[in-house]
Amino acid sequence: MIQIEKLTKRYGDAERGVLVLDSLSLGVASREIAAVVGPSGAGKSTLAQCTTLLERPTSGSIIVNGDELTGLRESELRLARRRIGTVFQADGLLSRRTVAQNVALPLEYLGVTRAGIRSRVGDLLDRVGLLDKAQRYPHELSGGQRQRVGIARALALRPSVLLSDEATSGLDPESTASVVALLKELRDELDLSILFITHEMDTVLAVADTVARLDHGRIVEAGPLVDLLRDPDSALGATLRPYRSALPAAPNETAWRVQYSEDAVPPNWIAELSTELGTPVSLLGASIETVHGRAVGHATIGLAVADAGLALAALRRLGLEGGPIEPAAAGSVDEAGPGIPATAVDRAPALEAAS
Amino acid sequence: MSAVLAVGPLASVTVPPLEIPALVLPALVDTLIMVGIVMAIVVLVGVPLGALVHNLAPGGLIEHRALHTALSWTISVGRSLPFLILMASIVPFTRFITGTNIGIAAAVVPMSIAGIAFFTRIVENSLRSVPVELVRVARASGASPLQIVTSVQLGEAVPSIIGGLTINTIAMIEYSAIAGTIGAGGIGYVAVTYGYQRFDHGVMLATIVILVALVAVVQLTGDRLVRATTPRARRDRANTPRSIPA
Ligand SMILES: Nc1ncnc2c1ncn2[C@@H]1O[C@H](COP(=O)(O)OP(=O)(O)O)[C@@H](O)[C@H]1O
Ligand SMILES: [Mg+2]
Repeated sequence: MIQIEKLTKRYGDAERGVLVLDSLSLGVASREIAAVVGPSGAGKSTLAQCTTLLERPTSGSIIVNGDELTGLRESELRLARRRIGTVFQADGLLSRRTVAQNVALPLEYLGVTRAGIRSRVGDLLDRVGLLDKAQRYPHELSGGQRQRVGIARALALRPSVLLSDEATSGLDPESTASVVALLKELRDELDLSILFITHEMDTVLAVADTVARLDHGRIVEAGPLVDLLRDPDSALGATLRPYRSALPAAPNETAWRVQYSEDAVPPNWIAELSTELGTPVSLLGASIETVHGRAVGHATIGLAVADAGLALAALRRLGLEGGPIEPAAAGSVDEAGPGIPATAVDRAPALEAAS
Repeated sequence: MSAVLAVGPLASVTVPPLEIPALVLPALVDTLIMVGIVMAIVVLVGVPLGALVHNLAPGGLIEHRALHTALSWTISVGRSLPFLILMASIVPFTRFITGTNIGIAAAVVPMSIAGIAFFTRIVENSLRSVPVELVRVARASGASPLQIVTSVQLGEAVPSIIGGLTINTIAMIEYSAIAGTIGAGGIGYVAVTYGYQRFDHGVMLATIVILVALVAVVQLTGDRLVRATTPRARRDRANTPRSIPA
């Protein structure tokens, strides 16, 4: 596990320098994938660099499995860094070395014997599913494959913490999915703590156990992924699963926005709600899925009821939270604008807007 | 014809065509020895020096402003002097090192100094084109500064450095001809004494042909090596390899 405590990083001197990380604390338990999200310039990469002590923190501590890494001398740091494997956005593979030779690098630096290197590299490439590409050069691989080589290299020294700074950013959805699946598999098999830094919300949904939102060097919101997604007041939850365009409500109906807030929402809740309220329920828009096997999502429904309190109580009984959308806010239901496919919406600006 | 007539008494010294090889080939060997020794020294000193300058610079592995400025200035002085001036100005130093100021040994000293200054810049430039992310990854993998220099910086820059080495070698062939004018021997000496001072067109032509052929062979070998050391170019022969521009 890794514990980051009161981490502060300032570039330049105390008066005119920039404070990039402001007394930030964050922990990642063993077998946990903690995502850190935030707009560009929030300090995510600085957090990554300070965590591996490639950049010296101004103050604060980094504790890996109970050992404090800050305050070590440069030569000791080199050893300490081996406890943290790092995967960067740029795969960082040496173009003149084969896949196997690239994965062998950290072992060479450590001075492992040739035979030791050969067997370890074989294991690692097997684990990331690239044994057949061992003798290829990086330029012969796809982006996703190169990133998997980067992961194999990061794991060469058997670290207990894996740090990923935008490792899937810039990959196509299929490659992203394969990298994410690999990370989850490795987390389970190797008991890794994974600090997963990204600005891509879809990837967070696929990979994270917990999420923290970094903004202006501070963690402004954090919690278990499912809890955030179920909390109607969570800005981070809303950014992770933004509302898409919904149909307008009929003239006699009011549009309601409801959110799954418990495990026990019956799949036929619309029918149950309709029966309970004695009025039809129109489905105007919905997005429901499971995250870690638990239902999360939200829906926009049209209700023709006089007593909002009654409807609210009925919804609560079904495990849903929500309320009518005020006419003024109705326009904002559709952040993307009508007719724009959901996939075309860049979520990064939405994240900035939420801060 | 008129030139030969004009020199009159010297015209009889013209080397007969059949004797030209006997004159020019040993000179070629001298040039090869001179350039070979110089290039060995240049690589042995220039590579570490180039890596040192690169890493003393801001953002380098062992950043040191004062040392970097001092070293960089020294190299710039070496680079800015025309070779003839450099050669003349360090005669006392050359004599101190080699005990003579004439011949191959004496030429090797100024040529090495000029060559090292040139090659240090070439190495520095090649290292600068290695992406900094690679260095960051190596540091994160637990590499020492020396390991980073050898495995990442120099390792990635090999094709580019070989490209620069080609240019440098050709420049040294040219310098050897200049050194030849002060009696260092080699092709340059023959070209100047026979071709220029005695207007022996046959010898002049022979030295030109040999120099052109020599430069072409060096360039071709260099290009081959660049391609052989670039995995991308090795497989994809249709594309020209990336080498540093002349
Ligand atoms: N070496 C540096 N010197 C000065 N400022 C820096 C340096 N590195 C990053 N910064 C600043 O720190 C802030 C956060 O950068 P970064 O950590 O890269 O953000 P993110 O990865 O979230 O986009 C930016 O405003 C950036 O300009
Ligand atoms: Mg970043």
